[in-house]
Amino acid sequence: METIAAASGITSLTWLLIALPVAGALILLGSGRRTNAFGHLLGVATIAGSFVVAVLLWLNMLGKSSDQRATRDFLFTWMSLGRFKVDVALQLDQLSMAFVLLITGVGLLIHIYAVGYMHGDDGRRRFFGYLNLFVASMLLLVLADSFALLYVGWEGVGLASYLLIGYYQTRESAGPAAKKAFVVNRVGDIGMSVAIMVMFAAFGTVTFQGVFAAAPSASTGIVTAIGFALLLAACGKSAQFPLQSWLLDAMEGPTPVSALIHAATMVTAGVYLIARSNPIFEVAPNAQMGVIVVGVITLLAGGIIASAKDDIKKALAGSTMSAIGFMMLAVGLGKSGYVYAIAFLLAHGFFKAGLFLGAGSVMHGMNDQVNMRRFGALRSVMAITTLTFGLGYLAIIGIPPLAGYFTKDVIIESAMARNPIIGTAAVIGAGLTAFYMSRIFFMTFIGPKRWTQDVHPHESPVVMTAPMVILAIGSVASGYLLMRNQTLQRWLEPVTGFTEPDGALRPLVLTGITLAVVALGIIAAVVLFLRRPIPETAPSKVSVLVSAARRDLYGDAFNEAVFMRPGQWLTRSLVWVDNRVIDGAVNGVAAGLGGLSARVRRTQTGYTRSYSLVMLSGALLVIVLLWIVRL
Amino acid sequence: MSTVLAATDGLFPAPVLEYKELAPVLIVLGAATLGVLIEAFLPRTLRFRAQLVVTFGGLGLALAALFLAGEQNSILAEGAIAWDGPARFLQGLILVLAVVAFLLFTDRKIDPGRDAFAPRVSAVPGSPEEQVLTQKLIQQTEVYPLALFSLSGMLLFPASNDLLMMFVALEVLSLPLYLLAGMARRRRLLSQEAALKYFLLGAYSSAFFLFGAALIYGYANSLRFSVIAAATASGTSSEALLLAGIGLIAVGLLFKIGAAPFHEWTPDVYQGAPTVVTAFMAATTKVAAFGALVRIFYVAFGPVRDQWLPLMWVISALTMVVGVLFALTQQEIKRMLAYSSIAHAGFLLTGVVALSPKGVSAILFYLVTYGFATIGAFGVVMLVRDGAGEASHLSAWAGLGKRSPGVAALFSLFLLAMAGIPLTSGFPAKFAVFSAASASGASWLVLIGVLTSAVAGFFYVRVIVLMFFTDPQPGQTTTVAIPSLATALALAVCAGVTVVLGVFPQIGLEVADRASLFVR
Repeated sequence: METIAAASGITSLTWLLIALPVAGALILLGSGRRTNAFGHLLGVATIAGSFVVAVLLWLNMLGKSSDQRATRDFLFTWMSLGRFKVDVALQLDQLSMAFVLLITGVGLLIHIYAVGYMHGDDGRRRFFGYLNLFVASMLLLVLADSFALLYVGWEGVGLASYLLIGYYQTRESAGPAAKKAFVVNRVGDIGMSVAIMVMFAAFGTVTFQGVFAAAPSASTGIVTAIGFALLLAACGKSAQFPLQSWLLDAMEGPTPVSALIHAATMVTAGVYLIARSNPIFEVAPNAQMGVIVVGVITLLAGGIIASAKDDIKKALAGSTMSAIGFMMLAVGLGKSGYVYAIAFLLAHGFFKAGLFLGAGSVMHGMNDQVNMRRFGALRSVMAITTLTFGLGYLAIIGIPPLAGYFTKDVIIESAMARNPIIGTAAVIGAGLTAFYMSRIFFMTFIGPKRWTQDVHPHESPVVMTAPMVILAIGSVASGYLLMRNQTLQRWLEPVTGFTEPDGALRPLVLTGITLAVVALGIIAAVVLFLRRPIPETAPSKVSVLVSAARRDLYGDAFNEAVFMRPGQWLTRSLVWVDNRVIDGAVNGVAAGLGGLSARVRRTQTGYTRSYSLVMLSGALLVIVLLWIVRL
Repeated sequence: MSTVLAATDGLFPAPVLEYKELAPVLIVLGAATLGVLIEAFLPRTLRFRAQLVVTFGGLGLALAALFLAGEQNSILAEGAIAWDGPARFLQGLILVLAVVAFLLFTDRKIDPGRDAFAPRVSAVPGSPEEQVLTQKLIQQTEVYPLALFSLSGMLLFPASNDLLMMFVALEVLSLPLYLLAGMARRRRLLSQEAALKYFLLGAYSSAFFLFGAALIYGYANSLRFSVIAAATASGTSSEALLLAGIGLIAVGLLFKIGAAPFHEWTPDVYQGAPTVVTAFMAATTKVAAFGALVRIFYVAFGPVRDQWLPLMWVISALTMVVGVLFALTQQEIKRMLAYSSIAHAGFLLTGVVALSPKGVSAILFYLVTYGFATIGAFGVVMLVRDGAGEASHLSAWAGLGKRSPGVAALFSLFLLAMAGIPLTSGFPAKFAVFSAASASGASWLVLIGVLTSAVAGFFYVRVIVLMFFTDPQPGQTTTVAIPSLATALALAVCAGVTVVLGVFPQIGLEVADRASLFVR
């Protein structure tokens, strides 16, 4: 493990990364209407400031040798009670640096985009306040030097996500969606707090350094327990099976939020958590296997869900689940996967954010409609959006030489080296990705017009298209830049370690197979969505679904049978359990205590004589107690 | 001891008094005496200003004297007073809390042109005499010297190093409070009833204390804590005397801190007394009494801890449970806060049970957070009014968050601090006492503490929900008064301390850590 030096010089400015957006959030949320006029610009400016600091820190880090790069910026001791000591300190190493650049860079672009997207919205200042709050929390999450501080950021991003999903307060569906995200995330948070408590009980510390130093010598039971608790936390935040349900509903939030929080950054926090905790997972192979299983299930399930959604944002949300499933699978592979997971995560940050911004641009031109069945032929009116979305589409499905090809292929390779079943699942996932992404692209931009009568689609203003263009460039180039000459691998190796995957299949052969499967996915989509007319209403309302030409409807049916009905049943039974059992228990305890309280209250008579009697009895009790001890 | 020996020789040498260290107490006593002279000789129109100058000047001087007195631990005044970390810390805390509370005393803006006290206490409630006095806007200013006298007792109480000094301090702090409790301008009968109850029960508990002190003297042949400790360590005298003595002294002190089953006066007195007086005594009396309790049990009875520890466990558990349970169904805001203060006495007692310097520093820190949150909460209670004065019934607080979000948010802050929610001062305080207690093996007591804290959260949050999410009943006339600058300042200080110690508890914990050792 590399040494971590105390921050000095420019690295002692690490705190500024977080302080700027915090200041922005405080000013924007605290100043009331006074800052309405320029609030959005202030919101952008703080993130721009953070991005500049991040780049300076990165350049500074590049100038050092690879084992000297990590620094710890000690701010203050939050509290120190006996053995329990929590410092507020920021650890900036190669892993956090990568995230800081992603968060501030992509965050800045999306802030700029949001200036245009939220134009004319009454609550724009509040929106930027929340967005700044999110960036600050996310930076705290990746810069924390202990699990306790990470938890603060973890809750902070959860709060910001909750506020932003429910941002459209007038929409009836936004409130429940926000609540759902909140509740599901709490389930994951239980894992986080359990992990922290076990760490403290077992190791007496919750700092990364302390825990990672103690983990190798701890008993298998302890590290496995911590590993699974962390996995639960990661599942909640990253929308992984079985806690994936909130992400689709989270699309109720404004589209820039979906791009920043629910695609590029926050939902990858779980991947960060596991990559950061690699010394724990390295000694807990069972927990690692759990990570792989979760990743595989989610990458397939997400792909299937994405294939069945007609709502463009929900289809992309399914795709996000699937992509994060890939990342989880990769971090589960251990040393041969961490680097690839982070590489895919960074590339995904570009192309998925770009795709979402593209979707937002489409919605912007189509009166906020999201139903892809009423899109089509938009390439004729939205050239830039079509181009940027198209590049993102090609990138995510892994067409060489775009970002997805470089970053996803290595994950598949590494998975195949571990186990052919896992590898095959990953290949199928790649095929699914090609299928549903092609479907989205064809239904939206190609094919005949299926527009409703009142829309007049138009290209978005330059404040929106410019970030899309930059993200598209990232989607094209980031993969090559990250993987060329093992750039990222050499960068991250001191933090996460790296071993070359050693598979039976030659990489070139595997790449060929993967590309063939991807081509199959595209062809299927072409056959189904270009060659055949797309009905304007969802065909799930058609009662008989037999034609092989409508295979995607099996996806819908599958969705309903596997996810929706049990989901509804589960929700109904959960509501029942909640009403009868949980509320019953809570209310019962409250009512019981209340009844007890009302009853004992009568002993408080108000008479001095009875008070004195109670005191006298108390004095007797005291003497008796003292006497009993003596016996 | 030397005086006793000298007297037998027919000489009576002057006792050695360390004026430098005793200065804070003496200054407060002097200011109180000056206040009495002002009442006697100055014309009524000048008294208020003169009292303010004397009171706040005296407090300022006393604080300055405390800082200048130095940190050399010693025994003062022929062995009667201890000068050590806890004594200095608590004296400083009591003085600062008193300054904040006295700021509330001065408010004449909430009830325009009037302060919180009856114009003439001897006037029969509802009589023509009282009406005339009220119409003439007559104010009485005797409250300031009375409160200062009480304050001098509070300063001595946690520093007392022998039983007689402790008893004197107890009486000096209590007697003026009995009077102050009866001086409310509004709801005077309730106030007078509270004063009488407080006096009767207080006298009753003093008797217990005094009797206990006598038994201990019989046991140890001395009133000095160090001598008592030596006697209990050698264990040569009758144990029955010792145990009965400890028990009776415990009763007297537990009464003052409001521990169950000696708590029953608390809600009646807190409710009846003028709210400013409640704020003052709820904060400072508890600080002083806990100081005295911890000192006597750690220093004098430390060697026989095994004898009294189980007692403290039971009392602590009982106090937490009783305070929380009774608070659940209170409909009166001041009574609810009174029961909450009882519960806090229970939480604080878990720190006593810890029997370690860590426990002492945890108690000291807890007292800081509790004191400021309490004064702040009662200060807000003063502001929320209806036609008949303070809107005491909880239903009158419904919907306050919509009309006065600032005041409601402030009150929520103090309630959250009392509930021990992170990022308010209450969380590190609770964490500190509980971790000290669990470190010394009282885990089941901590378990009760955590469970009762959880239940306590319910009634604190209930008020917040009431303020922010409940619509007021139709026809409700609750208003929020505009406070004077002094009151606003006091509330700001309380809120500031509550937030700062919540976010940066280390500041307070370090000071408390340094002050956690008793001189013996």
